[in-house]
Amino acid sequence: MNASNRLSSAFAKSRPAFVAFITAGDGDTAANLDALVAGGADVIELGMPFTDPMADGPAIQAANLRSLGAGTTTANVLQTAYDFRARHPDVPLILMGYANPMIRRGPEWFASAAKGAGVDGVICVDIPPEEDDALGPALREAGIAPIRLATPTTDAARLPAVIEGSEGFLYYVSVAGITGKQQAAIDSIESNVARIKQSTDLPVAVGFGVRTPEQAAEIARVADGVVVGSAFIDLVEKCGKDAPAALQELTTAMVAAINDARSQGIHS
Amino acid sequence: MNSPNSFRTQPDDRGHFGEFGGRYVAETLMPLILDLEREYRAAQADPAFAAKFDDLMKHYVGRPSPLYFAERLTEALRVSSPEGRGAQVWFKRDELNHTGAHKINNCIGQILLAKRMGKTRIIAETGAGQHGVATATVCARFGLPCVIYMGAEDVKRQSPNVFRMKLLGAEVVPVTSGGATLKDAMNEGLRDWVANVHDTFYIIGTAAGPHPYPEMVRNFQSVIGTEARAQMLERVGRLPDLLVACIGGGSNALGLFHPFLDDADVKMLGVEAAGHGLDGDEHAASLLGGAPGVLHGNKTYLLQDEDGQITEGHSISAGLDYPGIGPEHAWLKESGRVEYTAVTDNEALDGFQLLCRTEGIIPALEPSHAIAAVAERAKQMSEEDIILMNLCGRGDKDIFTVAEKLGVEM
Repeated sequence: MNASNRLSSAFAKSRPAFVAFITAGDGDTAANLDALVAGGADVIELGMPFTDPMADGPAIQAANLRSLGAGTTTANVLQTAYDFRARHPDVPLILMGYANPMIRRGPEWFASAAKGAGVDGVICVDIPPEEDDALGPALREAGIAPIRLATPTTDAARLPAVIEGSEGFLYYVSVAGITGKQQAAIDSIESNVARIKQSTDLPVAVGFGVRTPEQAAEIARVADGVVVGSAFIDLVEKCGKDAPAALQELTTAMVAAINDARSQGIHS
Repeated sequence: MNSPNSFRTQPDDRGHFGEFGGRYVAETLMPLILDLEREYRAAQADPAFAAKFDDLMKHYVGRPSPLYFAERLTEALRVSSPEGRGAQVWFKRDELNHTGAHKINNCIGQILLAKRMGKTRIIAETGAGQHGVATATVCARFGLPCVIYMGAEDVKRQSPNVFRMKLLGAEVVPVTSGGATLKDAMNEGLRDWVANVHDTFYIIGTAAGPHPYPEMVRNFQSVIGTEARAQMLERVGRLPDLLVACIGGGSNALGLFHPFLDDADVKMLGVEAAGHGLDGDEHAASLLGGAPGVLHGNKTYLLQDEDGQITEGHSISAGLDYPGIGPEHAWLKESGRVEYTAVTDNEALDGFQLLCRTEGIIPALEPSHAIAAVAERAKQMSEEDIILMNLCGRGDKDIFTVAEKLGVEM
């Protein structure tokens, strides 16, 4: 399956997609990724560690530093992706991170290396549409989806620029803030997702502050996907070598909650 | 690179200085910095804004700062110079500003903008504490609550400035993430801003960060060079031959250099912190020892490893201890308009003591780097030549560090 097929298949299921995030190199990443897949995650979002993760809250900041402290390199992250692709040929894998590690050797190098590792999409936190030239063209050329973020501050005037050039799905950041803190009111999420979906056919996944199956279910009623990160990161830190079982359990609970939410047919 | 017609027209309308600068921020912040740019353009076109700025500069900050011929320093340097050599050394005395450094110029500009935009809360990052003190000062002056992020390591190293900020009513938040220094404080400032987008104004302390900050900070600081240029013409009837300034983020240097950039006969030298030497990792010389990359909203030269992970800078001067530099300096370096050099901790300490003894001025450790470079260059230049250095801060805050380095018990 090629990159765009993997991502579009994940969002073409009868329920919203569950997107699971962990940081590469924090704990036994291969085992943890396998656990997320076993639990039913539809899309894997693998964080590339960075020394200065300024959009992230304490949980993911700490994961970044643990990973770097353990000696994780860009080559290690790409190898992790490559090995994942070999084990899971059909599960979409996206890399999430910050601009500097992605463009250090040139955007073409990164796009080509990511493609070679079987990566389907890339989320770069600090490259807004205004700076798309820094990475976007290289990703598109390589056939990797540049996945953009829309936020509560992305107003109607800006939204077209955010959507233009986005591929795969749009990631709606539910709160103006950093990862893992509080969740926005579901009313606000619902109206913002609806607003975005009027302007694009891309699936819209919602993240930031989603920590429990109950929260995931609420979002599943109004969006095409649910992203969970910090809650997994906390388990990786807390459970150490027992993390895979805990990750799988939480993933299973999240996916079940999303299933139930959608089968109740409250929305769409 | 071909020389542009003017070096003073940067950045372009997307905030790029050549390939540097730009707006590399999370989407949540993009609408804010676009809004900030609109408001800044409106303020630039509003004579009332300039009038308020000028009035505060004169009556609150104490501008214009003097232009001073450092006669005894000049003589001292001539003693060890070849016959006929030993340029005249002049200082722009920005250490005489209220709060003791050039930082206040920018803070006055930004707080006026914050008020104009109706913002009700101010945040800032600080390294040595000078920008934190300047921000706390203007917040007290304008009655706005103020949160200063400061690396926990710096809080320990710079306790007098921490107390000053608290006296001025600011809340000082020690930042423990990362290496707990200036770059981590800036990360935390950005995290605060992204979570408080509606009421908060972020006063960035140097000519770095996402557009329009580099341009805006440079323009507020250009009061230094604009005054100095006029003062020079009035006092000696000609422009200086060489401008010298130290560089951390680079705002005092841009403030001095920018009004002279199109004066082709005026050479310019930016002085970075070489720490323990450029041959190791213990320095803060982003231009001479770093490589282009993206951090804190702009593309510029950064201290980083081969994977693009940011490395910690080191300098005896906490104010220069930042792994990046303003993007306009990156551009000025690549265009060849400004020359950059670096001075070690020990050379800066020598410069510090030299100025104390020859002129009765205790400089901050940051401009002590520039003094060391001036001492070296003056000896190579003619007695007719004029060097103008920005003495951008006074050294009261640094006497404890210097005492420790000199092995003096206080």
